[in-house]
Amino acid sequence: MNELRAQLQEWRAAIERRLPSWWPRALAVALIAFGLILPQLFSVTSNFVNTEILSLTYVMFALGLNIVVGFAGLLDLGYVAFFALGSYAFGWLGSGWFYKAHVHILVHAPASTIPGIHLNFVLILICAGIFTALAGAVIGVPTLRLRGDYIAIVTLAFGEIIRVFALQGPSLKIFGMPLTGGELGISGTDAPYLPGVGMFSQLNIRPWYYTIFALVLITLFVNLRVRDSRLGRAWIALREDEVAAVSMGIPLVRTKLFAYSLGAAFGGIAGAFLAAYTTLIDAGEFQFGFSIFVLSMVILGGLGSIWGVVLGALLLANINYYLIPDVFNSLPGDLGLNFNLTDLQVSIFGFLLVIVMVLRPQGLVPERRRKLELTRGLGETELEEPGTSWAGVEPGEVVQ
Amino acid sequence: MEARSLPTRTASSGGKRALLAIRRAAGRWGLVALLLAFPIYFGAHDLITGYPGYAHGHGTRVHDLTYLGTNFVQGISNGAIWALIAIGYTLVYGIIELINFAHGDVFMIGSMTGVSLWSAIGLGLATSTLGLVVGLPLALLVCMLVCGALNVLIERVGYRPLRGAPRLAPLITAVGFSFILQNVGLLWRGGSTVGVSDLIRENKSVVQISGVVVHRADVLSIGVTIPLVILLGWFVSRTRQGKAMRATAQDPEAARLMGINVDWTISLTFLIGGALAGAAGLVYALYETTIWYLQGFEAGLIAFTAAVMGGIGNLRGAVLGGLIIGGIQQTIDARVGPQWTPFFVFGLLIIVLVLRPQGLLGEETREAG
Repeated sequence: MNELRAQLQEWRAAIERRLPSWWPRALAVALIAFGLILPQLFSVTSNFVNTEILSLTYVMFALGLNIVVGFAGLLDLGYVAFFALGSYAFGWLGSGWFYKAHVHILVHAPASTIPGIHLNFVLILICAGIFTALAGAVIGVPTLRLRGDYIAIVTLAFGEIIRVFALQGPSLKIFGMPLTGGELGISGTDAPYLPGVGMFSQLNIRPWYYTIFALVLITLFVNLRVRDSRLGRAWIALREDEVAAVSMGIPLVRTKLFAYSLGAAFGGIAGAFLAAYTTLIDAGEFQFGFSIFVLSMVILGGLGSIWGVVLGALLLANINYYLIPDVFNSLPGDLGLNFNLTDLQVSIFGFLLVIVMVLRPQGLVPERRRKLELTRGLGETELEEPGTSWAGVEPGEVVQ
Repeated sequence: MEARSLPTRTASSGGKRALLAIRRAAGRWGLVALLLAFPIYFGAHDLITGYPGYAHGHGTRVHDLTYLGTNFVQGISNGAIWALIAIGYTLVYGIIELINFAHGDVFMIGSMTGVSLWSAIGLGLATSTLGLVVGLPLALLVCMLVCGALNVLIERVGYRPLRGAPRLAPLITAVGFSFILQNVGLLWRGGSTVGVSDLIRENKSVVQISGVVVHRADVLSIGVTIPLVILLGWFVSRTRQGKAMRATAQDPEAARLMGINVDWTISLTFLIGGALAGAAGLVYALYETTIWYLQGFEAGLIAFTAAVMGGIGNLRGAVLGGLIIGGIQQTIDARVGPQWTPFFVFGLLIIVLVLRPQGLLGEETREAG
């Protein structure tokens, strides 16, 4: 087993040596081109494209959470709060929910003719981002003095509190109007309108796909830039050793709150997009399970590793929304067994998490820096020669 | 420049010191005041405004503390169940610093095993008291064994291989096991709440102390919890294995050097935690007379909150936290409405952690400081 692993490692190093230096960029261009062409290969209402829209939304959620958990090392179990707040931002600003108000900014008919607050789709996304960033900072404040799993519990508690407010919204009045739709949800949201594209609809889901694709690209760009910025390095320093980082002059409060805010903003924008796409903001969706689902994507992909998180999110979302319910659902029936795969969906998902974690606890594509820590930090006295790859050295082998 | 900035700096640090003193006082007494605020407010409300007393006919209002007493009794008995589950969280967290997400679902499996077991050995509404006295302890024992074994198995398969791995990796396997167990529960008992036979007639009154009725369910849950907690306390503080557990919790490496079998000690911890969750499962089924495949999720959140509130890693803290959460839950359920209970429970949790991160009885640990 170890020989095989060493052999694979050698091959991988050999391949990496021979590739030209521009290959990561070429790969990125190829992937973007693939992403752009993909929906053209399927019909305009294809179920597969629908799944990919959801998957890309989850990529955005996971990238946002990765900033908090992966970069800054603050375990957040209440990420659903930002999904909820972003969704409600869309519901409040892009539907007739607040029927007593008459606000119309840059909207097209029919939204411009009905009462309520109606903002342009892009404006709503920006507002949702700002709103959730503020909420992220507010949720972050009580956790500043805490560390580790205590942060997890406080964020979890905030997630549950926001869920209670979402569910009880109909009985909470603001200017005589209910705050949320509770389990019935806020429906009748405005269809986004973009010049050049026209009105988005469920009859042609390609514009939705391209919108979320663009949003994911922006998120990726911001993530990559921020990770290598002063702020990103400050997050990583705080994650590794808070006391040392603070004594080196890193402003603790500001750095942590930025992590919460930025992570929350991406979650909020993705939430607003999802609300627009599903046209319903239902409080029943905002469950703890969502936070866990997104966290699984981040950890499965590799904490702090941007490409790993993208991969993890695409994999888990596709397995959950496409492979199990649509592709393999009838498999047991075809084999002569008397059940559907969807009955076992939750446990298949659970098994996958367990197996992948036991076999590869560092995630599918571990972050380079973390990989170094794992192999070097724990009891390894001899350092390898610089230049030889650390790749593929399993932490389990080094640590007892 | 230097000379000018110096006094301001000392002034601000003086202000900081005052702030720190206020915060310390708030941490020590604010929490107690906050926890006492609930009963005092509702007690005063009952005495002054009164509450509708249906026993004396409609429209009359009663001005006494019976209602509060009822909340209190029910809170203690419900909290006793949370305490049993919270101990499992606190033990596991204390020893390997893992939030065992699957624990609530082990509790759920305990309920389902218990119900299946007592129907298998023929306990029903017609069973005599003698039959129950023999049958239920038997069911309790088997439940504890099954859940203990299940918890040990989960640790062996899901957590032990990950002991040198990044800290969050076992958290995800825990979530995975939680999903698997939920699916087992779903296939076993269906997707909606199932009523189970009310073996002990849980609503029958046992004693009545100045108007406050103590039901059989209350006696049962307290009667099961107290001996188990005492037994556990004795085990952890007096026996060799308990000492090994405490040593491992303090420093696994040093414990290993001292010749303690760390793997075995961790398995034992999971066995005990699972067994207590199994006991809680059976008691819950008798107490609520309904079971549901998602009950473990809700109970897990509440019990974990209780463990954190009491000071995670601290057994007495877990029990205290369970009882407090139970009391708050029953009071809010009865007076404000069960839909607002999570708001109060989690809001209180946040305040506790802000004022006193180490919990009510916890000491400063590596994590909270």
